[in-house]
Amino acid sequence: MSQNNDSRKRTVEQQIQRRTLISFSIFIVFIICGTVLFFRLYNEPQDKGGVQPTLRTALNTNEKIFRNAYSEAHEAKAYTVADAVPKPRVNGSYGMDGTLDTATWRMKVARNPGDTLYVTLADLQALPKTEVIFDFKCIEGWSQVTRWAGVRFSDFIEKYHLQPQTSMKYAGLITPDKAYYVGIDMPSMLHDQTLLCYEMNGKPLPQNQGYPLRLIIPVKYGVKHIKRIGVLYFSNERPPDYWAEQGYDYYTGL
Amino acid sequence: MKPAKRIIEKHPLAIRWFHWVNFPVLAIMIWSGLLIYWANDVYRLGWGNTTLIKFFPQSLYDTLHVPFRLSTGMAFHFFFMWFFFLNGLLYVLYTIISGEWRLLLPNRHSFKEAWLVVLHDLHIRKSAPPQLKYNAAQRIAYCAIVVMGAGSLITGLAIYKPIQFGWLCALCGGYEFARILHFTLTIGYVLFFLLHVSQVILAGWNNFQAMVTGFEVEKYIAPEVAAAVPVAPPSSSEIPVNVALEPTASDSSPAGIPSPENPEP
Repeated sequence: MSQNNDSRKRTVEQQIQRRTLISFSIFIVFIICGTVLFFRLYNEPQDKGGVQPTLRTALNTNEKIFRNAYSEAHEAKAYTVADAVPKPRVNGSYGMDGTLDTATWRMKVARNPGDTLYVTLADLQALPKTEVIFDFKCIEGWSQVTRWAGVRFSDFIEKYHLQPQTSMKYAGLITPDKAYYVGIDMPSMLHDQTLLCYEMNGKPLPQNQGYPLRLIIPVKYGVKHIKRIGVLYFSNERPPDYWAEQGYDYYTGL
Repeated sequence: MKPAKRIIEKHPLAIRWFHWVNFPVLAIMIWSGLLIYWANDVYRLGWGNTTLIKFFPQSLYDTLHVPFRLSTGMAFHFFFMWFFFLNGLLYVLYTIISGEWRLLLPNRHSFKEAWLVVLHDLHIRKSAPPQLKYNAAQRIAYCAIVVMGAGSLITGLAIYKPIQFGWLCALCGGYEFARILHFTLTIGYVLFFLLHVSQVILAGWNNFQAMVTGFEVEKYIAPEVAAAVPVAPPSSSEIPVNVALEPTASDSSPAGIPSPENPEP
């Protein structure tokens, strides 16, 4: 056992050097690996989903996880008429180019292949009217308390005996010109606050808010609240979705 | 006489991993959060029509290539949130189980002492209060950053699922206020980062490298000389700092010799 001061010093010195070398080597490898992994993800070729496939997988996994938190009993907070803004913000006019011949407009409901139901605005107005006043949330990050009325989607389903169709996983909606389209999971469609909406602030929908009929679905971001509905259909596969194709999450559930 | 060196164990391996994993993950969260924030960049500091600071100036957006990348921001944010969450959770569990929390949690003296530390750092006061691994200001700062992390997760979930977690959203003061809190916490991280990095630079290499190697190197007066100096018992009440000497040195250990200078920033 050496008590010599110099040898002790050397040994501690060696320990310091050895541990420093090992630690910094691992540290540098960690930095290199992290950087390489990040840029591999960042530069991953995007397929038609508009986003890196790894991130698309993450978004879909998040959907699976957070669908467990979804409950029909969870409703968007209800507000009073006085809370609603007089002129709701207009955001997005995809699918609303040109004028629509409102006299001949019908919502086409594809019940089964080759079996289409045509529904007029008067047909929908004859059904019980439901009003929803809620904090409309845009995916951009703003929100506004807005007031809408129309037919509860689940009431519409019941009235037109479309229960077999709603056993499918998704509903798809398309504008008459097919320029804008959304796909929505069935539980969200059947939520109590989801409306086929024809009124805003107690008056018929303005043209720029989707006259004659739009979707109001408080459990989703605004991107799913399609204006000027042309076609409604049902599917077990995810229907094409305009913004999901631009790299956004498909589910966008709130 | 040349001073001898000894190894003072400082940061456990786990803490070092948590620290260096958190740094890039938080950076990615802030960057992707900025891409999201841009789409509705309404916050400013000011009153009436007077704006002191606009969040954020166009020059910053242009420099960081921010505009029109909301979907990219959301995709990265909602992927890396899991790493931020898991790393933070493991860190908190580790500090609790290992007992490291005792060195970290502020005690009843910390708030008064933190002020003295600040005065010392600003060269207004000569001496700093005695400390263990962290000084009082560090204890407060490092605990605050953990609480802030939890706050980001809570407010983040409140914005992410404001209807399914409606109670949480209400707890955060509603959707819009939760977004303000989430944003403010992020500004807090940036300020913390600036302060932290400047303090680390001021503290010097020995302190910095300890976050990589785990130990600090301390120079001390050799035992022959030190023997004449009255020796204090090893740091008494709380967890003693581990001192690694040459493994074979069993007798005339200088472990109890107090450090001649304050090793901490």
